[in-house]
Amino acid sequence: MAKLTLTRNIDAPDDFYAELIAAHEGLSKAESDALNARLVLTLANHIGDRAVLTEALAVAKSAG
Amino acid sequence: MSKIFETPLYPYERSPDQEAVTPVRHKVVVIGAGPIGLGLAIDLALHDVPVVVLDDNDKVSFGSRAVCYAKRPLEILDRLGCGAPMVDKGVEWNLGKVFFDQRQIYDFNLLPEDGHKQPAFVNLQQYYFEDYMVARVRELQAEGKRIELRGGNKVVAIGDHPDHVHIEIETPEGPYELEADWLIACDGANSPTRRMMGLDFVGKVFEDNFLIADVVMEADFPTERWFWFDPPFNRGQSALLHKQPDNVWRIDFQIGWDIDRKEELKPENIDRRLRAMLGPDIKYELEWSSIYTFQCRRMERFHKGRVIFAGDAAHQVSPFGARGANSGLQDTDNLAWKLKLILDGTAPETLLDSYDAERIHGADENILNSTRSTDFITPKSEISRIFRDAVLDLAEAHEFARPFVNSGRLSVPAIYDGSPLNTPDGLDGGPERSRPGAPCPDVPLGAGYLLDRLGGGFTILSIDCEAEEAVTEGGVTATRLALSTKDDPTGALAQRYLGTAPSAVYLIRPDQHVAARFPEYDVQQIRFAIRRATGKE
Ligand SMILES: Cc1cc2nc3c(=O)[nH]c(=O)nc-3n(C[C@H](O)[C@H](O)[C@H](O)COP(=O)(O)OP(=O)(O)OC[C@H]3O[C@@H](n4cnc5c(N)ncnc54)[C@H](O)[C@@H]3O)c2cc1C
Repeated sequence: MAKLTLTRNIDAPDDFYAELIAAHEGLSKAESDALNARLVLTLANHIGDRAVLTEALAVAKSAG
Repeated sequence: MSKIFETPLYPYERSPDQEAVTPVRHKVVVIGAGPIGLGLAIDLALHDVPVVVLDDNDKVSFGSRAVCYAKRPLEILDRLGCGAPMVDKGVEWNLGKVFFDQRQIYDFNLLPEDGHKQPAFVNLQQYYFEDYMVARVRELQAEGKRIELRGGNKVVAIGDHPDHVHIEIETPEGPYELEADWLIACDGANSPTRRMMGLDFVGKVFEDNFLIADVVMEADFPTERWFWFDPPFNRGQSALLHKQPDNVWRIDFQIGWDIDRKEELKPENIDRRLRAMLGPDIKYELEWSSIYTFQCRRMERFHKGRVIFAGDAAHQVSPFGARGANSGLQDTDNLAWKLKLILDGTAPETLLDSYDAERIHGADENILNSTRSTDFITPKSEISRIFRDAVLDLAEAHEFARPFVNSGRLSVPAIYDGSPLNTPDGLDGGPERSRPGAPCPDVPLGAGYLLDRLGGGFTILSIDCEAEEAVTEGGVTATRLALSTKDDPTGALAQRYLGTAPSAVYLIRPDQHVAARFPEYDVQQIRFAIRRATGKE
């Protein structure tokens, strides 16, 4: 376990957050859902490591 | 024009067994002359086991049904002596295209590895396949093999006794009875045998219908597999176009769950769909059409007492991935030699437990793969569809997303990892692909191929080392095939069987799966491996 980075790792988090929200601006719910799905897949491929991905799924699930 | 699947190939004929006062006993009776029953019967005949095949019908498969045959089943059919006509007549293909909405999002090449006798895939109508098998049965009969094909023989009752099975049969001339030491049920997905014995067949039903139209047309589409997700001519659904010999094209439309079957099958409605897909001016003749739903399920065990199940009777998968007939042939490949040894008294009846273990493992792999394909093709929830479409949108521009696209993962043979018949791997540095449990990868050898040299019994394959010419253990003989990397111009033998090891000895089963491997010849190890591979350790 604990291969997944769970400590802060992004410089200028406010900037990234704003960029994420901006990417969804003007999109319908369906378009936003599609964008999120493409984003998840793109990031997942970048990570690649199956153990990390499984951990990330568990973290995301348990936080909700 | 009379079609091959409309001509009786093995019409009912009266058998002397029908005159007998007490039921005649046979060693092996097979129910069903579909591809799996025929495959098993041919295999048993080649092992000199007399066999009677009963089928209530007398013709080959009605319509094309299975069209795609993969390398491993072609290798098995080649061993049975009916691979060559399949490959000669069949259409070889390696290229596929995937479309989403209006556009092509990518194409792929199966890139088959060199140095195999059989191609990666051929497409062929199931009726040809069965026709070639019936021809092979006739050939074996002419050679004096005891293989009988009885059309118009419908099995209506079965009694499973400790030392035999009692079979009641209906014919156009009335009923008769038979007994069998072993009964093999290859009677298809709706297996009456399974029902008569009250055995379960559990799994998942997919709430969807697919309309198949096999059409004869002069068209200049290339020999490729084309698959559409959500195309304009079939909104929200999928479609498939694939070539078969004689200018027959397999066209498959997903049409949803709530449909009126009779309405959909009307030629004018099929015509409307075909013209929307292929253009208003196409000229074609409808050869066969059908609507199917599918299920992924299997029996809990593949044999009970003296009744053994194989093919669709034992397991059923969705057609995506071409796994039905392909995996059924791997059942018979696995079963025939085991039954032969049991009948000869050189292996215990418990050897059949390994048939269950190995083929249930194979069936589970097929069910897993075909369930996943089905879930991708027909997403079951809103979010599943969102991700599916996201994959397809990304796949057009980005290579990374293409491996997620699942329009059917094409059939690959099962590797019997963990089988009770395997001897633990003794070859340090040996390649993964030829580990114990794996089917032997083919290798070009001079003018021929390795698989042709393996014969139908146990083989001791020695590469660059000494070994005895034959070893007999508990009545089972393994004969040597001596090979050398000096006669390996392509390097495939070393690459596929040695890896980094300087030499190797393999024990290979009659079904061409690896039972054991060692760095050098040691007769005690080989004896142990033979005992283990025949269910005695
Ligand atoms: C549309 C479609 C596409 C497919 N595509 C592929 C593909 O591309 N590749 C692939 O590998 N598989 C494919 N399959 C699956 C393939 O067709 C089956 O897996 C295969 O036919 C199974 O063979 P079988 O011998 O087990 O059963 P069947 O072919 O069903 O044969 C059973 C036989 O038993 C006989 N029988 C039944 N009851 C009795 C009785 N009471 N007494 C005597 N005889 C009886 C029947 O007459 C029949 O001849 C496809 C199937 C469909 C429907």
